[in-house]
Amino acid sequence: MSARAETLLWLAQRVSAMVLAVVVAVPIGTIIYAVQGGLSAQEIIGRVQGNTGWLAFYGVFVAAVAVHGPIGLRTILREMTPVPARLIDVAAAAFAVLLAWTGWQAAYGLYGFGGA
Amino acid sequence: MADMASMLDVSVWRGADEGRFVSYPVPRRENQTVLDVVTYVQRRLDATLAYRFSCRVGMCGSCAMTVNGVARWTCRTHVGRVARDGRLRIAPLRNMPVIKDLSVDMAEFFAKAARAKGAFRPTADRTADFAVIAPDSPRRRRADAAIECIGCGVCYASCDVVTWNPDYLGPAALNRAWTLVNDERDGGNRERLAAVAGDAGCHACHSHQSCMERCPKHLNPTESIAGLKRATVLAALTGKL
Repeated sequence: MSARAETLLWLAQRVSAMVLAVVVAVPIGTIIYAVQGGLSAQEIIGRVQGNTGWLAFYGVFVAAVAVHGPIGLRTILREMTPVPARLIDVAAAAFAVLLAWTGWQAAYGLYGFGGA
Repeated sequence: MADMASMLDVSVWRGADEGRFVSYPVPRRENQTVLDVVTYVQRRLDATLAYRFSCRVGMCGSCAMTVNGVARWTCRTHVGRVARDGRLRIAPLRNMPVIKDLSVDMAEFFAKAARAKGAFRPTADRTADFAVIAPDSPRRRRADAAIECIGCGVCYASCDVVTWNPDYLGPAALNRAWTLVNDERDGGNRERLAAVAGDAGCHACHSHQSCMERCPKHLNPTESIAGLKRATVLAALTGKL
């Protein structure tokens, strides 16, 4: 991979980390704020179902995870395993697609839960 | 000194990459350095011991070794500061092939400085007047902060990323590149930034900061590498990488 591509990957990981710092804190804060007498699935669905704001929020969350995780995984595999670099690149890209696909499906599923 | 035992128990690595520690009794002296101890072993106890030194005053960067598990410049390391219960364990530097005993092959270490484009690339010839650079300009100050490297290899031997990824250029080479990135007289930055970017370059650094912790000159290669990360990102975003 070219020096430019490596540098942009590094930048993407740092920027996605900044996004994650915020979007991880929001659900944790919400849990602490909202959970007073136990947390039920119904309560969660009641909050996020049909709410475009939460859908957009989790859409960004998933995007940040799908960028951040695979780049880190790629680095770990390159440093710690003898797997060829090209294969690691392909595996990391596939992992990114998997994270994005399953994550967005989950977010959209909660949004549309109950047919909303 | 009241706490000073009369003899030191000194274990010294003998052999190459395969070898063993051999124990030598060395008289304890006042103001004794680790290099004094190694020299005593070589001159009085076993003349076949191989080690490297030159200036003895912390300028040349020849005498670095692993002392009780930590890479140090031995000529400026007092025994009193590092001996534990009168014991010293002296080994060659890590991350470099051992030639014999305490002498390591530093060829790759210096080759990496060249690969990081650590040579000055002048933009003027000898007929040009002196470049005028304000001592307090930000670039001059950044170059100053990193310039005093003596090439001892302590940072390189202390870096876990070098251990994991033998292609990694390492703290010393990247620190050198950073001084040139900040040298207003230098014209080689495009190639230099391309050379130091990527998985064998500055982006591989995990910021463990062992280099900064161990550098006998109290330089901060981690900070230099962070500067290279910023410089390469800027170059990549502006189409100069």
